[in-house]
Amino acid sequence: MSIFLNKDSRVVVQGMTGSEGGRHTARMIAAGTNVVAGVTPGKGGLVHQGIPVFSSVAEAMDTTHADVSVVFVPPRFTKGAVLEAVDAGIGLCVVITEGVPVHDSLEFLSLAKESATRIVGPNCPGLITPGASNAGIIPADITAPGRIGLVSKSGTLTYQLMYELRDIGFSTAVGIGGDPVIGTTHIDCLQAFQDDPDTDAIVMIGEIGGDAEERAAAYIEKHVTKPVVAYVAGFTAPEGKTMGHAGAIISGSAGTAQAKKEALEKVGVSVGRTPSETARLMRALLEAA
Amino acid sequence: MDLFEHQAKELFARYGVPVPEGAVAATPEEARAIAAELAGPVVVKAQVKTGGRGKAGGIKPAPGPAAAEDAARAILGMDIKGHVTRSVLVEVANVPVEEYYAAFLVDRAAGAFLAMCSASGGMEIEELAVTDPGALLKVPIDPLRGVDHETAAFIVTEAGLPSDIAEEAVDILVGLWKVMAGEDAVLVEVNPLARTADGRVLALDGKVTLDENADYRHERPADVAQGGDDLESRAKAKGLNYVKLDGSVGVIGNGAGLVMSTLDVVAQAGARPANFLDIGGGASAQVMADGLGVILSDPDVKSVLVNVFGGITACDAVADGIVAALATLGEQGATHPIVVRLDGNNAEAGRRILDQAAHPAVRQVPTMDGAAEEAARLANAAA
Repeated sequence: MSIFLNKDSRVVVQGMTGSEGGRHTARMIAAGTNVVAGVTPGKGGLVHQGIPVFSSVAEAMDTTHADVSVVFVPPRFTKGAVLEAVDAGIGLCVVITEGVPVHDSLEFLSLAKESATRIVGPNCPGLITPGASNAGIIPADITAPGRIGLVSKSGTLTYQLMYELRDIGFSTAVGIGGDPVIGTTHIDCLQAFQDDPDTDAIVMIGEIGGDAEERAAAYIEKHVTKPVVAYVAGFTAPEGKTMGHAGAIISGSAGTAQAKKEALEKVGVSVGRTPSETARLMRALLEAA
Repeated sequence: MDLFEHQAKELFARYGVPVPEGAVAATPEEARAIAAELAGPVVVKAQVKTGGRGKAGGIKPAPGPAAAEDAARAILGMDIKGHVTRSVLVEVANVPVEEYYAAFLVDRAAGAFLAMCSASGGMEIEELAVTDPGALLKVPIDPLRGVDHETAAFIVTEAGLPSDIAEEAVDILVGLWKVMAGEDAVLVEVNPLARTADGRVLALDGKVTLDENADYRHERPADVAQGGDDLESRAKAKGLNYVKLDGSVGVIGNGAGLVMSTLDVVAQAGARPANFLDIGGGASAQVMADGLGVILSDPDVKSVLVNVFGGITACDAVADGIVAALATLGEQGATHPIVVRLDGNNAEAGRRILDQAAHPAVRQVPTMDGAAEEAARLANAAA
């Protein structure tokens, strides 16, 4: 078991015939993902890297029964691509594209809320259930299947933790993305990991900006009985400066790393001072269990 | 991108939101000419992208053209919280009898737009939110519906704006929403929204932040650099994701989260980071050379920490990039110790490449924490 993605997931890649889409499709397939279709408007009928290409998500789903889409299209076409997947009724839509205008994100997220589609992203590395399926750009060969669930705003920090804990392994790792407005949240993943019988413990990686970590802490206190270890990046970030991720900015007193750490520790979550210490905390926790 | 007040007001006017008559001046003489044309008392306002202008002396009333010239002379060049004033807005002085507050912004928590409105404007809104939270109305805005007449009327009534100006306020809110939606803004704020003695309602100040991701579908005002750090401008010109900080350990890494984390680990090791620099996933030789070039030109830098986790890009490719970058930089590359930590995909092959290159400035430490400690030690020893 796992969350959101498993070996039976049938993946369609939107923008597969583009350079990024093509490159990562090959990597996904190498990681064992069942990629059943590509979608590029106007290129239906083509076969690309051995995968049939369709002109629309609806056609791809009709023919191949795809239930997960991964979006690699450029920012200006992302809203259209996501809405197409939502309209077609796909179960999970993973939006890798970076640089989507926030008005576009709010529009497609708002429409998706009323639909059957779960959105992950935008501007995220996607999610991986090691050994089973990889929907996005997370490197598959740095880790192994196992019983830790991971949710993170940051790509490379996710990779760092997955690598440090590769001997224990992961049920699913979800990169939810660093944009100010995203679909699937920390809380959604915490809930899913809590309900997943194959996840024993959870690593949560946050960063400055917003109050997602504080709200996650409140959720953990009420609903999560599995052990959670957390890491928060950005203690030295100055106020008012955007640190790479559009969402990573401290405005006013809200959103500091210290406030997030305190909120998490208050509900019994161990918070590592560095990524390595976070990995050690998780290791100690699992060995004690 | 944050706009200057005068740019925000130009947008307001374009979408039918009333603003005081005025124009922007870059010299005292221009300020005098504008004041003469406006014929009457004016106010001269520093154009800087920061708050607290009034307290810093950046806003001065002037009864006529000569006084406007003097005021502009005093304000131009003024340093307000690190922002150097390069222009002033000269506009007709409007004395408010009442001040309100109105804003639209992106609410991350709710994943929606948020309207904020108050009958008590003028002061810092963060202050109002603390001292009298009940006085600040917050209403989520449906992204699909936006702010139509009905929504605006609801906001105006609920915020308790006086009923005799409700009609004007509703039109203004609808206009401000059009700025938000029409220009792909992430923040539109008017503080104060003022009622004048002669019964008009207008935006006396304006703050607009535009979404740079949407620049491709708009004509944007030129982003005037002002008092910006030279290193930041240089890095920006090279397309680098760089933020100058005040310490002595230069930091380069791949991925925003990892770099933020690296800054923290350097601080825990007892030194202060000199910058944030994310070279992204590819970490090509050119990007590495550009990044090292900017960091090594920072006089505050005493040591450099390169922290790369090989995820999509394997570490041997990153190591090749570092070697090529140091070759490009020549002597500059040898001015300060460079601590390199490579981990992840093909880490051993990457480390071997750096060992064989044996560059005099480069030393390798296999762990992130260890590398940060070494870089901090070297920086502190050189201080």
